[in-house]
Amino acid sequence: MALWERYHTPRTVADALACLARYDGRARLIAGGTDLLIDMQHVENGEHPLAALVDVTTISEMTKVSAQNGWLRVGAAVTHTSIVKSSLVEKYATCLVESCGVVGGLQVRNVATLGGNVAHALPAGDGTTSLVALGADAEVAWKNGLREWLPITQIFRGPGVSALDSRQDVLVGFRFRCSRDGEASAFKRIMRPQGVALPILGCAVWVQLDEDRRVLKDLRICISPVDRVPVLATEVENALRGREISEALVREVASAARDKLHPRASKYRASAEYRSHMIETLLNQVLPLAIERARSGIARAEGVGLG
Amino acid sequence: MTELRLNINGVDHDLDVSESLTLAALLRQELGLTGTKIGCDEAECGICTVHVDGIPVDSCIYPAFKAQGRSVRTVEGLACRAASDEEQLHPLQREFINHCAVQCGFCTPGLMMTAAALLDENPEPEDRDIKVALKDTYCRCTGYTSVLRAIHSAGRVMRGEEPLPPGEPEVVTPLKSIGHSELVPDIVDRVTGRAKYTDDYSFPGMVFARTLRSAHPHAIVRHIDTSRARALPGVLAVLTRADVPGENAHGIVTLDWPVLVGENEVARYTGDAIALVAAGTADIAEQALRLIDVEYEPLPVVADPVYAHSPDAPLVHAGREGGNLLKHIKVRHGDLQRGFDEADVVVERTYRTPIIEHAFLEPECAIGVPPGLDDEHQKLTIYVGSQIPYQDRNQVARAMDLPDEQVRVRGTLIGGGFGGKEDIAGQIHVAMLADALQRPVKLLYSRQESLLFHPKRHATVIRIRTGARRDGRLTAVEAELYGDGGAYASLSDKVMTRATTHATGPYDVPHAKIDCYAMYTNNPPAGAFRGFGVTQSAFAVEQNMDLIAEELGMDPIELRHINAQKVGVVTATGQKLRDSVGLLETIRICDEDLRGKVNGNFRWGWREGDLAWGWGVACAYKNTGLGGGAPDKSAAEVEAFDDGTVEVRTSSADMGQGLVAVLAQCAAEELGLPYRQVRVLLSDTDLTPDGGPTTASRQTFMSGNAVRHAAIGLRDALSSVLSEEHDRPPDLLRFEEGLVRVNGSSVSFGDAVRLARSQGIPTRIQHEYWGPKTQPLGTGGDMHFAFSYATQIALVSVDINTGVVHCEKIISATDVGRAINPMLLQGQIEGGIVMALGNALTESFIVEDGVPWSTLLARYKMPSIKHTPEIVSHLVEDPAIEGPYGAKGVGEIPSINTMPAITNAIYNAIGVRVFSLPVDQDALLLALRHGETEVHSAWHDVRETKQQV
Repeated sequence: MALWERYHTPRTVADALACLARYDGRARLIAGGTDLLIDMQHVENGEHPLAALVDVTTISEMTKVSAQNGWLRVGAAVTHTSIVKSSLVEKYATCLVESCGVVGGLQVRNVATLGGNVAHALPAGDGTTSLVALGADAEVAWKNGLREWLPITQIFRGPGVSALDSRQDVLVGFRFRCSRDGEASAFKRIMRPQGVALPILGCAVWVQLDEDRRVLKDLRICISPVDRVPVLATEVENALRGREISEALVREVASAARDKLHPRASKYRASAEYRSHMIETLLNQVLPLAIERARSGIARAEGVGLG
Repeated sequence: MTELRLNINGVDHDLDVSESLTLAALLRQELGLTGTKIGCDEAECGICTVHVDGIPVDSCIYPAFKAQGRSVRTVEGLACRAASDEEQLHPLQREFINHCAVQCGFCTPGLMMTAAALLDENPEPEDRDIKVALKDTYCRCTGYTSVLRAIHSAGRVMRGEEPLPPGEPEVVTPLKSIGHSELVPDIVDRVTGRAKYTDDYSFPGMVFARTLRSAHPHAIVRHIDTSRARALPGVLAVLTRADVPGENAHGIVTLDWPVLVGENEVARYTGDAIALVAAGTADIAEQALRLIDVEYEPLPVVADPVYAHSPDAPLVHAGREGGNLLKHIKVRHGDLQRGFDEADVVVERTYRTPIIEHAFLEPECAIGVPPGLDDEHQKLTIYVGSQIPYQDRNQVARAMDLPDEQVRVRGTLIGGGFGGKEDIAGQIHVAMLADALQRPVKLLYSRQESLLFHPKRHATVIRIRTGARRDGRLTAVEAELYGDGGAYASLSDKVMTRATTHATGPYDVPHAKIDCYAMYTNNPPAGAFRGFGVTQSAFAVEQNMDLIAEELGMDPIELRHINAQKVGVVTATGQKLRDSVGLLETIRICDEDLRGKVNGNFRWGWREGDLAWGWGVACAYKNTGLGGGAPDKSAAEVEAFDDGTVEVRTSSADMGQGLVAVLAQCAAEELGLPYRQVRVLLSDTDLTPDGGPTTASRQTFMSGNAVRHAAIGLRDALSSVLSEEHDRPPDLLRFEEGLVRVNGSSVSFGDAVRLARSQGIPTRIQHEYWGPKTQPLGTGGDMHFAFSYATQIALVSVDINTGVVHCEKIISATDVGRAINPMLLQGQIEGGIVMALGNALTESFIVEDGVPWSTLLARYKMPSIKHTPEIVSHLVEDPAIEGPYGAKGVGEIPSINTMPAITNAIYNAIGVRVFSLPVDQDALLLALRHGETEVHSAWHDVRETKQQV
């Protein structure tokens, strides 16, 4: 079934907005299209062929990765492969490479974009989980042409529902502070070999150590899915913030998190109890990994490609 | 229409095409580059991979206009032309051939394109790099071991090093042709994209069809209104039940499956066909389906075989004698009570196996061509990749109310079958549409429709009680099996009979009572699937064996050794085994490989950090041939030509296993011809005699024998002519190297043929080979004429923090009688093992109250290259007296014992036994945390809870 009629490749965000406006809700944005086209064809059964797709991967400001003044900027149309291969991202946001590196297979990562992952607004999107832990902001171009930076968590409204309407708004890109000396991040997830390729649980951690590298000065943890939208695990963060690092502390906090956070069961993915155990398992793995990276200053992404 | 500028395989194109095309559709439909295959339309299977500016992408969901101004490379662009215009294969193409990494060939373009991009970027990849690159490019045939090796080898060639030698298994001394790893003749076509599968054919005036299927798993169809669909511009025909010219039924064993469900008839599963639409394009046909209004009266659903057997279950086939009980199958052997009285230990457990989907990478496709289209089509012709062409012809003829002879079925290449292309899919439907429109009609199923429609592996519930003496001798087996046959009979009777008769395992069991209930339900029909019921019962049998061993404190290999079938043993069906029982040798070889070098330091399970490791063993046997008293025959003909070549013809199907090579080798062997002088024509009901169904691991044995005997007949005919001509007794003639030697002089084979022809001696010999007679179950005697045997040992790791299980290694030994083509045979073993690994760890086709949940390939994960374990496969050649050169079947035996080997290994690793498949890491971890030793739930049992955050 033809799923769309016209295919547009605007060169600027303004052109994209104008193009969408022209179709007045009968066109949608496409980036990699690896989720969108499958949804249109198999979930929506191609019931409503779109008048047009508006491809944002030809907009140069949306396909760049750049570091400036201590901030890393990643365009929304940057592919997962580009992120995985970016030495800038690996150095300044290791967890983002690790999460983008386990999405799909190679062919999908070659076209699927970080913006697409976020726009899909899944409670456990891999790239999303890391962006939340990195404390990222997202830049949105609203239909009226206004540009706005929003904290990433404000993008999500519910499972699969974002604040943006892909028939009129454009998600332009992301920014977050580059990890500096004594700071680092890490991401891991638990999958099962059956059924849909959504994580049972993903966990991204960003840590900031004190000068002696003994105390957790600050940190952000995103464990997903534990809620209808990606959220920071504030309670867990609070239990660690300002504390002196020890194996026992990590174990104790991980164990407490297992009992405190209440992930739900989801059909053909995981029981609630299993997810609780995985919270402990992941924290026990990801926290020490991030801390080790912050201490050593060496951050090499792990596990890329075989998620 | 807008201009699309692309460079495709080095050639610039300015195309005026629709903007709504995907890249795959553009390549296949607009440009005729059909080497790029579509397997799922979901970016799941990866076989549609092409390069855009050197980057591999899934072309099935890549908008063609996304590639505007870029370079696209497809499989057709892999090879290059030398100055002499000779085709120079890419190193990947050559090494895929050399390492036998091509079976059905349907996924091959995708594998090679993905690998080509990898090698361009990383000329010296490690195993891990290859697994990362090819993780989402599936192959259902090879098991990936040969693919890995081929890619490494191609990398070496591209770096200017020597290629890797093919990993040929050790075999007994080869004959002239038998025992050599000859290449499948069309192998170059399969690596260049030239090989044509059904959807790659096109005929003048061809139109496209789609099928409307039932909206309910069980409902009376009250009214069908097609008027809106007929009115849609571009729609050429809408057919319903009233348009079926002949009998409205098909079925391989029982004619209980309607061609189309009509008004006031019952739809019995969600794959039942209600109406057919043909239109100028597949898109219009698809749109028209949505305009057909059907009123249903839903009926209560029978969703479970055990429930189906209860008196209050609704009837799936109302009025049928026997109700939902499709078949009660019984094995009675010895005196069960006495057997259990003699037992010192008895174990009893219940096992569950799920519905399994074949997921052959080529979805079903059929093309109907009306009589008189051109010289080649004098009668109604069906193009289809089918495992049973003659039965297709009969079923089409019956539904079309035509004599069999007025229908021709022409088999195309088959992109994988595994048992799933035995039943009728679109064959009758395209016949009806072609007849109605007098135009060629193509009916291609989408992946999603294929998932919904075709028969699957039976889900089973198996309770089994096993008794043994303190010395390890088995005394009795009692078992009760339930098989979910789904809505229609298909091959349920046969499949579940095989599950029942093999439920003692390959052991000497003096007393047995086994009852199996094959049930009708409103689930998708279940039918043939590699392993044919034995895969299910072996899962139960072989875990009970380990439970017995544990009770006895005995080594599990030792227990199997003590009880292994050998010549002289009488099976539970009363068959005395007389020859070719190589089980003990397979056990010995695996044992030797496992712990021959460890000097008593061997442990079945151990811990290393957070990983628990375990080895697990399981044995298997599987019949070759139909057996059970069914007349089993195969016909083949061999024709010799003046140019010294020979053509072998039989309707048997090659779905990737390499039958073409095996048959050519049989003819070459008998006629002393170089292999390349033998051509093989398969699967054409007008040109090839009936080779019978390609099922039950039977074709090497059956068609191999038919070809062998036909070739001997031809040789005898030529001998008699030459012996007269040279005045020498025929037994002094030697057929070798394409010559016939007579006392120091020789004539070429072609000259011998010419001479025979000049004397009016026929040089086309047909032979109908009848397999040794077998007996129906319950009558004693030989139920089967041969069995293959195997032992497998699996190594698994279990992460004790997550429950995640990996199968790291499989040691396998398989008694195949005789390896006619060792590399092809090894490919069957590796592929069979990985397929069964999927049954154990990744696969379950989920149906909820009659409605499939597994409606997308994204919801049905088969093993990917990342799951592929190291496979060490040994061959045992204990010749079958009746088999051609001693050969017996190999197609199914590798898929039988992998599952229990893996679950036994899991138990040895962590002390938790898995009774239901596929293994659920969730349940496994919780069992570990709660100190439980048995898991009776599987992945598909993981449900939502009401609890919200």
